[in-house]
Parts: sequence; C-alpha cells; structure tokens
Amino acid sequence: MTAELGELYQELILEHSKAPRNFRRPASANHEAEGYNPLCGDRCTVYIDMDGEAIKEIGFQGSGCAISRASASMMTQMVKGKTRAEATKLFEQFHNLVTGKDHTAKAEELGKMAVFAGVSKFPARVKCATLAWHTLQSALEDQERQEPVSTE
Amino acid sequence: MSTAVHRTDLGSVPLDVDRIRRDFPILDQTIHGKKLVYLDNAATSQKPHAVIDAIVRYYERDNANIHRGVHTLSVRATEAHDEARETVRRFIQAAEASEIVFVRGATEAINLVAQTYGRAHVDAGDEVLITGMEHHSNIVPWQILCEGKGAHLRVAPIDDRGELELDEFAKLIGPRTKLVAVTQVSNALGTVTPLREMIELAHRKEVPVLVDGAQAVPHFAVDVQALDCDFYAFSGHKVYGPTGIGVLYGKEEVLAEMPPYQGGGDMISSVTFEKTTYNVAPYKFEAGTPDIAGAIGLGAALAYIGKLGMANIAAHERDLLAYATEKVGALPSVRLIGTAAERAGVLSFVMKGVHPHDLGTILDREGIAIRTGHHCAQPVMDRFGIPASARASFAVYNTREDVDALVEGIRKAHEVFA
Repeated sequence: MTAELGELYQELILEHSKAPRNFRRPASANHEAEGYNPLCGDRCTVYIDMDGEAIKEIGFQGSGCAISRASASMMTQMVKGKTRAEATKLFEQFHNLVTGKDHTAKAEELGKMAVFAGVSKFPARVKCATLAWHTLQSALEDQERQEPVSTE
Repeated sequence: MSTAVHRTDLGSVPLDVDRIRRDFPILDQTIHGKKLVYLDNAATSQKPHAVIDAIVRYYERDNANIHRGVHTLSVRATEAHDEARETVRRFIQAAEASEIVFVRGATEAINLVAQTYGRAHVDAGDEVLITGMEHHSNIVPWQILCEGKGAHLRVAPIDDRGELELDEFAKLIGPRTKLVAVTQVSNALGTVTPLREMIELAHRKEVPVLVDGAQAVPHFAVDVQALDCDFYAFSGHKVYGPTGIGVLYGKEEVLAEMPPYQGGGDMISSVTFEKTTYNVAPYKFEAGTPDIAGAIGLGAALAYIGKLGMANIAAHERDLLAYATEKVGALPSVRLIGTAAERAGVLSFVMKGVHPHDLGTILDREGIAIRTGHHCAQPVMDRFGIPASARASFAVYNTREDVDALVEGIRKAHEVFA
C-alpha cells in the first residue's frame, strides 16, 4: 500500500470495518433516522435511546464501504453517554478533520476518530466518512417524535 | 442475441492499438506515479486528436452563427454543421439527414421524445413499456410523462444473468401500450438486448420503439434502417466525441407529425404575434443556436472510428471483454454481475469483503480508473440485491495489459481487506 492509502485505511479503520461495534438496533431505541448516499447507494440507519439530553444507547445498521462502516462503528462508541450538544460539536470537529478544513483538529477531543484524518486527501470519500454522522444528526433532531421514524 | 453484432464482426482485421493509443493525448500520463489505465469508458470515452483539433480549427478559423449570415464565416460554419449531420446519418445508416436531430445527449433525446411524441400520444390509462435494465435516463422521462398523464409505466423483467425475458416482454405489449423504450446495451451489465426481435414484436402490435443506443454506438455498427426502430438516441461523448452533443434519430414520417420541443429561433418558418409557423425537421426540434463546435467534434469522432472500422473495433473489444471476463471472473474474491451470452464493453462485478468504493480508491492509486456505484441504474442493482458494483468498461484503445493491471489491482485490494 502507498503511504496515502495507508493513512486512509489505517489498521483501526480496517478492524472496525470488518467487525463493526454496536451493529444492531438497541431494543430500547426511541429515535432513529435513515441516511442514504444516493451517489453510491450506501445506506445507514442510526438508532438512539435518548434519556433526556443524553445518548443512553446507540446502534447502527446498513451497508457501505469500509470507511463508512468504520466511521459509523467508531462514532457509536464515541457519542454513547454524550449529550446532544456534545455530539453535535464532535460532528463539527470530525467534519473539519475529514474535509481538511482544520488540520489542527483537536486529536484529543476526537480521540480514536482522529485516524480519519487521511480521508482529507481523498475528497471523493468524505461523504463515506460523514454519512453516519449526518444520520446521527438527523436522528437527534427527531426529538419531538415519540415513535422511531425514517427519513424515507 | 443480436444478429447485427455478429455481422459486423465478419471480415474484421486486427487494429494497431499502440498507434491508436498515440491518437489519444490524455492516455500519455501517470496518475499517482502509475501509468494511466482508463477503464471508465461507459461513463465517458477519451478524445482523439482528430476531435480536439477539429474543434480548435473551427474556433480558430470558421466560427460564426449558422443559418443566418450571408458572410463567408457563417457559410463555412453552416456547411461544417451540415456536414457533421451527414456524417451522423451515414454512421447510423439513416435514410435522410433530416432524420438526425442534434441534442445535448441521449438524455435530452429521450426527454424530447417523451415531451413531444409522448405528450401527443400517451393518455390516461395508456402504457409505456421499458425493461428492467434501463439507465435512469430511460426511466425518469417516462415516469414524468406517465405521472402527468395518468398513464402507467410497465417494466419487462430481466433474469439472473441479466438477459431480458423476451416472453414476458412480448406479453407486456398490450392494447394500451403507446410506446416501447429500450436500451440496446445495458450500461450496468453490458447485456446486448435482442433488439430486432423486440422491435418486431412491438411493430406487430403497431407500437413504435425508441432505442437508447448510448452504450451501443461506441462498440459496434448500428443500422437504424435494418433495426427498423422509430427513434434512436445516443451521446457524443461516449463515442469519442465532445460532451454536450448527442443525437436523436427519428423516422421522417414520425418526426414530421410531432409537435416542436422548445420554442425559439431556428425552429420557426415565420413568426408574428398572432401565429408562428414551425420549421421542418430537424430544425423544428433545434431551437436556438446549437452546439456547433460540438456537432463538428462529433462528426470528427465518427469519421475517426469509421476509418478504424466498426467491425475491427467490435472484434478488438470482444476479445478484450472475453479476456477480462476470464481473468477477473477467475479471481476467487470476485462475483460477476451480468453474465448474459451477448455483452458489449462492460464488465460489472462485486468483491467478497471489499466494497466497490474501497476497490475504486485502491485502483485509483494504481492509476486505474473504473466506475463504482449504481451506474445510474438503481433498479438493476436492486434486481441483483447489491447496493453498488464495480464496473470496468472498454474502448478501442484498451489492451490486455490494461486488464492485467486491473486484475493485479483487484488482488491488492483483496490483500488489504482480507
């Protein structure tokens, strides 16, 4: 693998793509949203159990490339236990990281997700990395609804 | 099985592909330090010097508006534009140059027919018949028409190999069918449809047929009179010509009774505020200043491949596709999508454990360009139960070495993800 490819397909990303965490619909889920990338056909459904402002439980399902699966998997680990506002802030930082807008993106705050920095050198893959996050955002905005809904 | 394809293969001679490659300046470059291997020809083909030079020459020497001025440049531009139309006519064996309408591409050609012929002939309760392997451009224009008219879109199914189920197709042509719109070659699977049989079946019930030839024209000789299709649509950029230009062929008598498409200059005979008299075909459908340079570029492209010989191109690409099918198909990680007996130009596949997007990125770093995704044919992807596929597609300048590079790239991707 070339250096750039190695940066994109970091070991951690490959590992998560092969064995995604929280790849399920939690029984207690009370919010959900479906994300779809019409350009490539990738689909991602994010399920959340919101307890007030806190993300108590989270899972996802769907089909997609290694980048989108790993991103979704690591995102669920990252935002579990966070508040809505904290999750939104993380998405912003993550988005800046993968679009290369902020090279100094706080690696500490993003934690393991900082391994996605390599995506910024592959503009065609940014949407893969952010699909789950957009879907999470959509699920979080779905606050007023009592029943799980789909965007479709 | 298309008899037209076989016939064009007869008496073919081998092409000097090394020499042909030198006609395409873009091929002489490296991508990420690797020799460019361009296998995304079904999306768009590269352009030979002959096309690039014709466009430059037109703008440097002849540029003027057509059908208007009496001055020399306008006469030259008009002549060059007319000549391009005649080249297209000859290339697809139409009877008259007036049957060749210049449009932006196959998409606009199909929309034109839907919005003129379709609006005039399709009413509430009527049906338009397509197949399960159409590109979105041969689905959505009919959906728009049917929605507006309260008509129904019918879809003839395809089997597990990606071949049309001809019996089902025949059954679906009913008393309310007003138009059949079918592809000649599937962009996602490469399937060559049994077009002559399909057209005959439709005509037996007096239903006209539109053919989407976007993926056919680059690969083998097309004879619209032998096919007896009523409309034939294709894009210039997929057949070595520029983007922004394409062709709608329509039988003279069909075009003559069709209402105009867009209103404007050139499509009229006379205009007063009370009444406008429309021009005759093809001008009736070509409102406004057309893409003159584009038409000239397309003419140059068709002249270029005409000189190479469509029979020779068909034979070369047939060999490449057979070689690629064997080599790629033999990889244990690969499943081919679309295994019709008769295919042209396209090898579609998925990999176990490697998503098409990841494969596309890895191949790109090897200098290899393929298409990954749903290829604007989502219903085809649904039919095969996959969200996306990888598609390698071939042109006259591709070689067995290109296929070897692809196979090597697929192996690398498998190693990364296995």
